[in-house]
Amino acid sequence: MNLQIEGKKAFAYAAAHEFEQAKPTVVFLHGAGLDHSWWGLQSRYFGYHGRNVLALDLPGHGRSEGPPLETIEAMAAWVEKILDDRKLSTATLVGHSMGALVALEFAARHPDRAERIALIGVGYPMKVTDAFLEAAKRNDPAAYDMSTIWGHAPQVPLGANPNPGMWMYGDTLARLGRLAPGVLHSALAACNAYGGGIEAAGKLRCPVLFVLGGRDLMTPARSADALVKAIREPARVQVRTSGHSLMAEAPDATLDALVEFILGAP
Amino acid sequence: MSGPKYPGFDTLALHAGQSPDPATGARAVPIYQTTSYVFRDSAHAASLFNMERAGHVYSRISNPTVAVLEERVAALEGGVGAIAAASGQAALHLAIATLMDAGSHIVASTALYGGSHNLLGYTLKRFGIETTFVTPRDLASWKSSIRENTRLLFGETLGNPGLDVLDIPAVSKIAHEAGLPLLVDSTFTTPYLMKPFEHGADLLYHSATKFLGGHGIAIGGVLVDSGRFDWERSGKFPQLTAPYAGFHGMDFEEESGTRAFLLRARREGLRDFGACMAPMTAFQILQGIETLHLRMPRHVESTRKVVGFLCSNAFSEKVLYPENKDHPDHALATRLLPHGCGAVFTFDIKGGREAGRKFIESLRVFSHLANVGDAKSLVIHPASTTHYRMSDEDLKKAGIGPGTIRLSIGLEDARDLIDDLERALKASQK
Repeated sequence: MNLQIEGKKAFAYAAAHEFEQAKPTVVFLHGAGLDHSWWGLQSRYFGYHGRNVLALDLPGHGRSEGPPLETIEAMAAWVEKILDDRKLSTATLVGHSMGALVALEFAARHPDRAERIALIGVGYPMKVTDAFLEAAKRNDPAAYDMSTIWGHAPQVPLGANPNPGMWMYGDTLARLGRLAPGVLHSALAACNAYGGGIEAAGKLRCPVLFVLGGRDLMTPARSADALVKAIREPARVQVRTSGHSLMAEAPDATLDALVEFILGAP
Repeated sequence: MSGPKYPGFDTLALHAGQSPDPATGARAVPIYQTTSYVFRDSAHAASLFNMERAGHVYSRISNPTVAVLEERVAALEGGVGAIAAASGQAALHLAIATLMDAGSHIVASTALYGGSHNLLGYTLKRFGIETTFVTPRDLASWKSSIRENTRLLFGETLGNPGLDVLDIPAVSKIAHEAGLPLLVDSTFTTPYLMKPFEHGADLLYHSATKFLGGHGIAIGGVLVDSGRFDWERSGKFPQLTAPYAGFHGMDFEEESGTRAFLLRARREGLRDFGACMAPMTAFQILQGIETLHLRMPRHVESTRKVVGFLCSNAFSEKVLYPENKDHPDHALATRLLPHGCGAVFTFDIKGGREAGRKFIESLRVFSHLANVGDAKSLVIHPASTTHYRMSDEDLKKAGIGPGTIRLSIGLEDARDLIDDLERALKASQK
């Protein structure tokens, strides 16, 4: 569905369902340079299992109008406007990578509006290498290569995709290739600069789930330790063979973890 | 952390798309000779049907062995994914049927495989899809032939029969300026000699029967999507960008972005038209792909030797191979095909139809049959076989002379091939 947020078009995939005020809502937040379709299987599941789904395209990404927002805090404020637009008092937020930082920041700012948050492929601090940032700043295709190769487990190019017939590297490169100049850099810079993670973690009042990849090169599972320690009794699922792109590399394990966390049963 | 590095072509040819079998540890690709797959429970079944979980339901839609081939070819081409089909023609039909309805129009190269020409020029007309054919190197005609209802530009990387080299950068630019995708038949070049997506093509397909398999034992096709064509921005493809009643109101582009074309092609095209590939066929073609990087250089090396011989033989005329400086697309081939122009080419024999017939019947190593891209060398004389009903005048219109011979150079000792040709050429003149 297309929304208008501060006069700009914002897109939310709703899993082919009308929005119903009475239903609980799950908001999906993608990572740097990606879009709502990265959540295809998982968001569709919740849309067909009793939830409103808002799989957002963050500004400048996918179908949402730019410019991209430059900080995690600004993205969290934008998510608040989405909830206001939909007249939602609360929602569950599921975020991947950059989107996980946005979910964390939102839940810290609005503890009364976050029912639950699931943080997938997250680390803190989410530092980005200078080479990656510089390449993205130049809109150099090398940045897309780094995002693609470090964004998947090492065995991905030599292994089978759970989604029949699809080539994960090619799919990621094609998505990144559609970005407007500067969008990837803006998102990476926002991740790199975000410094409020531990403080935000301390403010959380809702249940928290971590889903981490055992072969994540972008945000290794251990890089979530500081956040995990700062949160009281989070749930944690580690998918041993997955890299950073858990929704694509381990779609069933990711969905099972979300279903148990959000719906209460696998 | 070291810098990012993609696996090389040779490694992908052997590994892409397959992990050792999780159930048995089998290193080779298992042949999953099954029609269907047991659901864990009713909820799992519902989730698979509703595309909430990845997996296999029925082998017409997807099969684990076939999926390895699809992913491997997509990896070699640099696409988002692929769909294997019953033949190269089935792959072409799948692409067209996914993109357009009755009332649509295609602009296509005249230099096409005969089966493709028939499909576009005659068969699709019956279903309301018209085609305008243009000389592939006439860029102005590509552009001027585009109509309001045009939905696709289509050509072969190396065209039939004269090995016209498609100027993919220029033709794709014309297509994209009109909001249209370019589809190419990449059979003659394979991803080893050219990756069309790197030059601007949006979709491609192979007759995997030819060089990908290389053994001449299996018929198959593979359709690959680059994922780079923006269907939404084009605005000409409601098949992919509007809710479709035939699939529960799905808007394929909204649902899956870069995967929209393949999603509809698989979920509608394979479901409804059903021209899927059998798992045994996929296994056989995979065996060929595992040595593609070894075979193609040898095909090209031997072809160069044979072309050199024919260019200096008194009984052969007009050798059409783009690496030759007198080929009209020589400069373009140098730019787009630096690793070679493949292993299929034509030459004209002195003496016309009768000399052609004698030549064919005198060959001992070359096999006289209607195929190309085999490990074994192949030959055909169109005027006495595939086109024998046509007059010399009609042959000329098709770019074929009465003495035109098509060769597909295999992997035998090149000296034996040249000896065979030399003997048969002499015999043809008696």
